[in-house]
Amino acid sequence: MELELRGITKQFPGVLANDDVSLTARSGKVLALIGENGAGKSTLMNVLSGLYHPDAGEIVIDGVVQKFSDPGDAIEAGIGMVHQHFMLVPVFSVWENVVLGVEPVRGPGIMNRKEARTEVRDISQRYGLAVDPDAMVEDLPVGIQQRVEIIKVLLRGARILVFDEPTAVLTPQEVDEFFGIVAELKGRGATIIFITHKLKEALAIADDITVLRDGKVAGHADPATATPEILASMMVGRSIDLVVDKAEAEPGETVLELNGVRMLDDYGRAVLKDVSLTVRAGEIVGVAGIQGNGQTELVEAITGLLPVAAGTVSFRGTDITDDSPRQRHVAGIAHVPEDRNHMGMVGSFSIAENLVLDSYYAPPFSTRGVLHRDVIRDSATQLVEDFDVRPPIIDNTGDALSGGNAQKMIVAREFSRDVPLVICAQPTRGIDVGSIEYIHEQIVRKRDEGKAILIVSTELDEIFALSDRILVMFDGRIVAELKASETTPTEVGLYMAGKAA
Amino acid sequence: MSTFEKTPVESHESTGKRTRVLTKSQIKRARISGIVMLALSAFVMAFFIPNAEGVATFGLSGSGETIQLDALAIPVTSSLWALAMLLAALGGTQFVRGFQRRSTLILGASFGVFTMAMMVWATAGEKFSLISMLVATVSRCTPIALGALSGILCERSGVVNIGIEGMLLGGAFTGVVMGSILGGWVGLLAATLTGGLLALLLAVLAVNFRVDQIIIGVVINILVLGLTSFLTSQVLVENPQWNDAPIFPSIPIPVLSDIPIIGPMFFNQTIIVYGMYVLIGAVTFFLFRTRWGLRTRSVGENPRAADSLGVSVPRVRYLAVIYGGMVGGFAGAWFTLGTVGRFDENITAGTGFIGLAAMIFGAWNPIGALGAALIFGFSESLEQKFALLDIPIPGEFLAMAPYLVTIVVVAGLVGRARPPAADGQPYEKQ
Amino acid sequence: MSITSPDGTVTVEPDDGRGPSFFRRLTTATDWKTGLVIPALAVFTALVIGGVIIMLTGYSLAETLDAYRALLQGSVGSLRAISQTLTEATPLIFTGLSVALAFRAGLFNIGGEGQVLMGGMLAVLAGFTFTGLPLFIHLPLAIVCGAIGGAIWGFIPGLLKAKTGAHEVIVTIMLNYIAYRLVDYLLKSTLFQREGRNDPISKTVEESAQLPALLAWLDPAMKVHLGLFLALGAAGFIWWLLFRTNTGFEFRAVGANPSAARYAGMSVTKVYILVMTIAGALAGLAGTGQVLGLLDRASPGFSAGLGFDGIAVALLGRSNPFGVVAAALLFGGLNAGGQYMQANADVGIDLISVIQALIVIFVAAPALISAIYRVKTDTSSTQISKGWGA
Repeated sequence: MELELRGITKQFPGVLANDDVSLTARSGKVLALIGENGAGKSTLMNVLSGLYHPDAGEIVIDGVVQKFSDPGDAIEAGIGMVHQHFMLVPVFSVWENVVLGVEPVRGPGIMNRKEARTEVRDISQRYGLAVDPDAMVEDLPVGIQQRVEIIKVLLRGARILVFDEPTAVLTPQEVDEFFGIVAELKGRGATIIFITHKLKEALAIADDITVLRDGKVAGHADPATATPEILASMMVGRSIDLVVDKAEAEPGETVLELNGVRMLDDYGRAVLKDVSLTVRAGEIVGVAGIQGNGQTELVEAITGLLPVAAGTVSFRGTDITDDSPRQRHVAGIAHVPEDRNHMGMVGSFSIAENLVLDSYYAPPFSTRGVLHRDVIRDSATQLVEDFDVRPPIIDNTGDALSGGNAQKMIVAREFSRDVPLVICAQPTRGIDVGSIEYIHEQIVRKRDEGKAILIVSTELDEIFALSDRILVMFDGRIVAELKASETTPTEVGLYMAGKAA
Repeated sequence: MSTFEKTPVESHESTGKRTRVLTKSQIKRARISGIVMLALSAFVMAFFIPNAEGVATFGLSGSGETIQLDALAIPVTSSLWALAMLLAALGGTQFVRGFQRRSTLILGASFGVFTMAMMVWATAGEKFSLISMLVATVSRCTPIALGALSGILCERSGVVNIGIEGMLLGGAFTGVVMGSILGGWVGLLAATLTGGLLALLLAVLAVNFRVDQIIIGVVINILVLGLTSFLTSQVLVENPQWNDAPIFPSIPIPVLSDIPIIGPMFFNQTIIVYGMYVLIGAVTFFLFRTRWGLRTRSVGENPRAADSLGVSVPRVRYLAVIYGGMVGGFAGAWFTLGTVGRFDENITAGTGFIGLAAMIFGAWNPIGALGAALIFGFSESLEQKFALLDIPIPGEFLAMAPYLVTIVVVAGLVGRARPPAADGQPYEKQ
Repeated sequence: MSITSPDGTVTVEPDDGRGPSFFRRLTTATDWKTGLVIPALAVFTALVIGGVIIMLTGYSLAETLDAYRALLQGSVGSLRAISQTLTEATPLIFTGLSVALAFRAGLFNIGGEGQVLMGGMLAVLAGFTFTGLPLFIHLPLAIVCGAIGGAIWGFIPGLLKAKTGAHEVIVTIMLNYIAYRLVDYLLKSTLFQREGRNDPISKTVEESAQLPALLAWLDPAMKVHLGLFLALGAAGFIWWLLFRTNTGFEFRAVGANPSAARYAGMSVTKVYILVMTIAGALAGLAGTGQVLGLLDRASPGFSAGLGFDGIAVALLGRSNPFGVVAAALLFGGLNAGGQYMQANADVGIDLISVIQALIVIFVAAPALISAIYRVKTDTSSTQISKGWGA
């Protein structure tokens, strides 16, 4: 089925999300749609799947103009969306999730469970998507849950499949399996649209690439000839240097040391297994790895948010293994958390209040339990200026800030402290490229001031741009320690995939 | 389908084959259960056995029954020892090994055994009509079970209903007034519709206006209490003929009601109690076997997923809440048309909240809620009977028992039941 | 409430309770509507509906208006009426503060009834147990005991929530019922029961522990007592606590985003326990005021809906201590006026609960007011808790 979007325009209060967007996706081919956060990819897909009505433009399938009044119409027209965040009911079984809304019935409204299971198995076998119809979805690993989502859309006769960031949470093995599924679907003539910000994957899998920027089509690219740098510049509109300019590191004394750290989850299973590492003053250590291999737990062990079952955490020679998060904070550890909305700030608090969120309890911000609001305000005014937080109105609430500015605010809070150790988890997740550049600069500047920096990131490009030394985590262990200048992304990628040398 | 907390599993790739892994906290909880059972045993041995002797006589048949059973005469001391030993054995096993999946059941059974011991002790040397207490239990559990059912219908679709108490009270009021004027059946209908109307208010405010659902519930309760009390003092006092409704009689079901003990207990009750059986069965079937049930539950667990598949979240919630309200209104009729035939201020006296507790205790499952309601009904009947038996424990403390048990359950000391995942969260289409 | 400035930025006023924000709320075009107009319209609409209900029970329009005249008369129409309003408002300020404080930390305190009862019982115990103590020792002692009684009843759900995640709504409701039973029992026990009486009524509080009536020298029927100033003082203290101290900062952070609070080094457990304990103490003081200032003894049901009314007052007052005082005065006036209305116009006092419930509905869902009166304003509804599984 050939899909054509002609001049799609969608306006929201204050922002033109899609501005005269046109693209074509063909049968048996993969179209990659790339763009930054806020470029308009999600809006476009929501228009395509019938959730939004376009203000102007048309959706054309096989030459016929379509009118969708709700997602049901889009589904009937053969469009199937596989969302980034799965739309599954965890406590239902696979078959219940798949047939929800189109349940086969036996008699008035009574579900025909046998037939439902058969339908699931049919599609499962036909497309090579092995899954047990009776398994409870919450018990399944992420890669299998994705298969359930795919079966869901195939059951409804989807011929145009749209995948939104499908590989974001998959292990390398699962990514390979996913690409295999895509190949199978291609072979059967399905039309595939693949939304991603992973430029290398787009180049690997796509037949065509369309780049969105600021709601408009910035251009098309041919995967055979394009490079990640070319794509990145199209995404941003100017030439992008994906490598940060930095001098050679001059590491000093050891600031942070972990020895044989072991952490268990609620079920008694080890999520950190015998982890040892050091971070020295004046160096940036980057922890690379796929999400879910223990990086979050590593940060929680260092910051004190979760207890360790064995091993020690030392800070400047002192054992802090049993210290509370606040004690570690006072001792001199700063932490930029990986999820700014849930962990980093309170959306309904003002910027001024957010800037003292983890330091309000001590002078100069308070004495004997009472807050010094004038000091807090003065400090905030200075910080938003120093760290380019826009708009610099300290009485605005945190949730009025864009992602990039909120992250800069949190960075302002943590980096403004003169502390020996700074930990940044996913420092530039989900923010615009301008803010990414800014934050990277700040991190390097901190290093050059002689501080010890630990970065945790799932973006290999970021790891390579910033790190002096790279540690790779896989399955709760550090499986590799490499000097950034002496290794390549390919080698690190191999370690990330668990193929230890 | 149980929504009791899953023991965590490790699942194999695509087959999803599971093996159970016990967490540290679950082991601790199991040990605590064991200790509790051992403590119960010790209590029986220390307090009940030394203070009672002779024979406890339990009446097992009412006067009007076809088959008359002889009263059960139980030798007090020996039976108390037997029960105490049983408790000790169960407690010991639980502590050392644990009963795994059956732990909760065994713990509940232990409390049952303890209650038996308590009854034997209390009845030592006297006669006690066990059968009349059991009949009262089933009757008394009806509004609780229906209240819980009302809550289940609403919450399974994701709407918290704290206003069950108000729906009961409202149904009781309109039931009696309409019943006085136009007869019992019209009263029953009026009660049901009143519940539905109040539920409509909840639905509109929760779904359309997205007001906090707990606030709405509290407000409904205050509103109904105020309105019914006002109308009682202003209108019903002047017009007592409007507060004098026919009471539904107990209707014995042929054959079934002749079975000893079970017969009079379950099959010689009013139409409202029978209605409860039907509704419990029907709701269970509809929730877990039909399309409507799957969609309703999906909206309560993940409304976004349901919406993306074309299920109308507002429509599902409206329907579920209104059905729930009607069940609640019907339940209210028990207080007037089902028992005394007249309305007094605040006649429901908090039964709606007990129903809430039964719903949680029963893990948002109608059959579980019925079980919980029977337990609560039993403890209320027991409290009344004990007052007659003149025992040293003040009635007020016995009356506290259901509330304490609920707190224990909710605090997860017996295992945490999971509410529907989207319970209480208003849904906003993006 | 939000204002869009010329460059497209949306400014949202942080909730501070005083300072520029307060005045801006009164004077800015969009803002003062939400702050004053909505509650005013809510009260008006509720009164109108109440009037309709009265007429439906057989009263004529003239009689209904007479009843409302009596309502007004009984609430602010004379010094005695004002005294009664203030007397009614005093415990409501306390329970309103109790619920509002808990709301700020993201908790729903429905246990006001139980906390009021426990506070009152402990206060009355201190009140009649000690004899021969001077007023300036006995009275504060009894007040502190009352606060402790309520604090214990608030501590329990706070602890359970913090350590086991047990939802405070169910635990507090259950504790309410346990408290009712406990009070029933205690009032018939030898420790509490008044000599020579068979009905459940406690011994009389010693004069040295009674909160003095402020205007009794003018007119002995005026019952407003020192508890009023205690309540106002409490309101001021809670405002200071919430917006000027570290502890209050933590309460608000945990209420707004418990996860971020944890990451910032705050102890969510300690906050839940502390907040519920203080909230319980506040409600306990409501009971204390009643038994030491108004009743001079305890009898069943002296909590009389104070806990639930406290929820309404907290909502109307938008969980802000000064808003709570204003809302408590309104509800106090309605209660006082309602008593007068019942005595003089023969309209049952339960109607007042109906009117109060309607006011809460309209304030919690301002969109209803907007729809009825076509007023354009911020119509987002009040959302506090997140069901059982938070």
